[in-house]
Amino acid sequence: MTTKITLAKGLNMGLRKAMEDDPKVLLMGEDVGKLGGVFRITDGLQKDFGEDRVIDSPLAESGIVGTAVGMAMRGYRPVVEIQFDGFVYPAYDQIVCQVAKIHFRSQGKIKMPMVIRIPFGGGIGAVEHHSESPEAQFAHTPGLKVVACSNPVDGYWMIQQAIASDDPVIFLEPKRQYHADKAELDESATPDALFTSRVVRAGTDVTVLSYGPMVKTCLKAAEAAAGEGRSLEVIDLRTLSPLDMAPVLESVRRTGRAVVAHEAHVNLGLGAELAARITEECFYSLEAPVLRVGAFDTPYPPSRIEEDYLPDLDRVLDAVDRSLDF
Amino acid sequence: MTHSSGFGPDLAEVFGPAHQDGGPELIQLLTPEGERVEHPDFAFDGTDDDVRGLYRDMVLTRRIDTEATALQRHGELGIWAQLLGQEAAQIGAGRALRPQDYVFPTYREHGVAWCRGVDPLNLLGLFRGVDQGGWDPDANNFGLYTIVIGAQTLHATGYAMGMQRDGVVGTGDPDRDAAVVAHFGDGASSQGDVNEAFIFAASYNAPVVFFCQNNQWAISEPIERQSRIPLYQRALGFGFPGLRVDGNDVLATYAVTKAALQRARDGQGPTLVEAYTYRMGAHTTTDDPTRYRLSDDVEKWKLRDPIARVEVYLKRNGLADDAFFAAIKEEADALGATLREGVKLLPDPQPLSIFDHVYSEMTDELAAQRDGFAAYLDSFEGSRA
Repeated sequence: MTTKITLAKGLNMGLRKAMEDDPKVLLMGEDVGKLGGVFRITDGLQKDFGEDRVIDSPLAESGIVGTAVGMAMRGYRPVVEIQFDGFVYPAYDQIVCQVAKIHFRSQGKIKMPMVIRIPFGGGIGAVEHHSESPEAQFAHTPGLKVVACSNPVDGYWMIQQAIASDDPVIFLEPKRQYHADKAELDESATPDALFTSRVVRAGTDVTVLSYGPMVKTCLKAAEAAAGEGRSLEVIDLRTLSPLDMAPVLESVRRTGRAVVAHEAHVNLGLGAELAARITEECFYSLEAPVLRVGAFDTPYPPSRIEEDYLPDLDRVLDAVDRSLDF
Repeated sequence: MTHSSGFGPDLAEVFGPAHQDGGPELIQLLTPEGERVEHPDFAFDGTDDDVRGLYRDMVLTRRIDTEATALQRHGELGIWAQLLGQEAAQIGAGRALRPQDYVFPTYREHGVAWCRGVDPLNLLGLFRGVDQGGWDPDANNFGLYTIVIGAQTLHATGYAMGMQRDGVVGTGDPDRDAAVVAHFGDGASSQGDVNEAFIFAASYNAPVVFFCQNNQWAISEPIERQSRIPLYQRALGFGFPGLRVDGNDVLATYAVTKAALQRARDGQGPTLVEAYTYRMGAHTTTDDPTRYRLSDDVEKWKLRDPIARVEVYLKRNGLADDAFFAAIKEEADALGATLREGVKLLPDPQPLSIFDHVYSEMTDELAAQRDGFAAYLDSFEGSRA
């Protein structure tokens, strides 16, 4: 028995399931109640679970995360929504200094089972602060775990797994994919573990690493490359901290080439860490340096030129060409 | 009241200047001279034995503070945040608690920690650098010290919201109903987090008492740099009551905190209590207050010492004899000796323990780092690993 769902629906169903399974799960954020969130991810949940469990918060991100810390200390499992990526920064102090460190500070006596959901990435024609990719800032912070879903089925499972985690999870949702594609969900299936990467297309010539919104772009690039006789292996990283390097290293040892693609800025982005680790572990297998494809190191531009700024299929293929030509 | 413009009344007239003595709004039940006074709204409902107990708490808390300061001078602590002068505020607030209440402290609530039964050696351990808070918060309902100014006020508010969801607010059962105290200082009142905590607590009517020890100084910055109006009056703008209590009067801080806690437990929401006091010592042992404040002020505040006034009260009214005071002095000396000996015995953490509690569920990559570090340490002769 399967259902065809969008990513938005998958997340909504996953949140609902988590709330049904555990009465300690609470949702909090701006407009998550009656409105169901600006992207409708929490649609209908307040109606069914009540205002005590689906909490419309004042417009204060530090307040949302800081009070969620207190709720977690009281034994709840808060799932907070940051309305847009660029609005997470008022909560940055609470996330980095408190959420990430309380388990360590208390020598394990206080658990922090919190999920911070952040719609991230661009491509929706929005104004400033609504299209950013801040994942590296959180992956750089010990104590946090960071994951990104890329498709509806993962959305359904990964949000439940993140909520079940006793560690705080930054949960990144590719907003431009929310309502884009549908996929078949089998609710009786057994999902992959949360902190694992996955080969989403097998290939032999170049390993392409990606996550979140760029996975779809990379799959299209692989399709296009296949038409030219080039076989790309695409890996959906899914977990950004910790990284699940085993499938990555296995793949690069076979292909000898790796390209990392993300929407975030290249400088000190996830690609830099992946390039370093691949080089450390696969030095003698590499036929070319690990190449990175990402946004330019500029602030996010006005939306009329965001397609020039964001890496697309051609920029991925350009990197693939450079790797193969090296 | 004068109206000089379309902007309404002259604010200086509405709010008045900051008074050295806390102004007419100050709630006081025991004067600096040791006289009990009446207040129309608040009364100390404890026994003589309770007063003697509060006196003992304050003396022992001061001894913890002076011993810790000395231990820092001797190189046994890296730093110490002194509470000298704030004993009444903390003991009054601490003794007003019930076991089921929960406290979110700053890094200076040594007196409240004492009231909650936290071993003072645990406080010293943090400042020695052997851990970042060695006590179990849930064992005494006393949270870990929070170094980031004001961050804990949001945690307190969220915890109070959790209590509401647990059905332990407003049931009328005194053993069940619970509330939270969020401690912070005058400097923290400028932080966004404190203001957001006020907003969340007001919005959800959360059972939290915001207990601000206004000790007049945020390191070198005087209260005038943080606020143009008395801090307690800010509460009104957020939609809940604020009170200013003589923070050097343990009977008043006890009575006011007790009433505010009861209000919170009853489901009537938050209260801001401004305990008007003075930081007699430095901000921490690294600070030099002679660079920024007058010794005259300190001398004036010495006359309002929180312990001396209770001592005068007890003696003048024949409520405690010489043997009582001698016994407490003996107890304080013994406590001091215990701290001096105990602090040197606190074990340094093992290097590999760095990795133990980063996560509840250790990641493979961190385990690999730990193993690599262990192998590296093992490569040295006489390894500590």
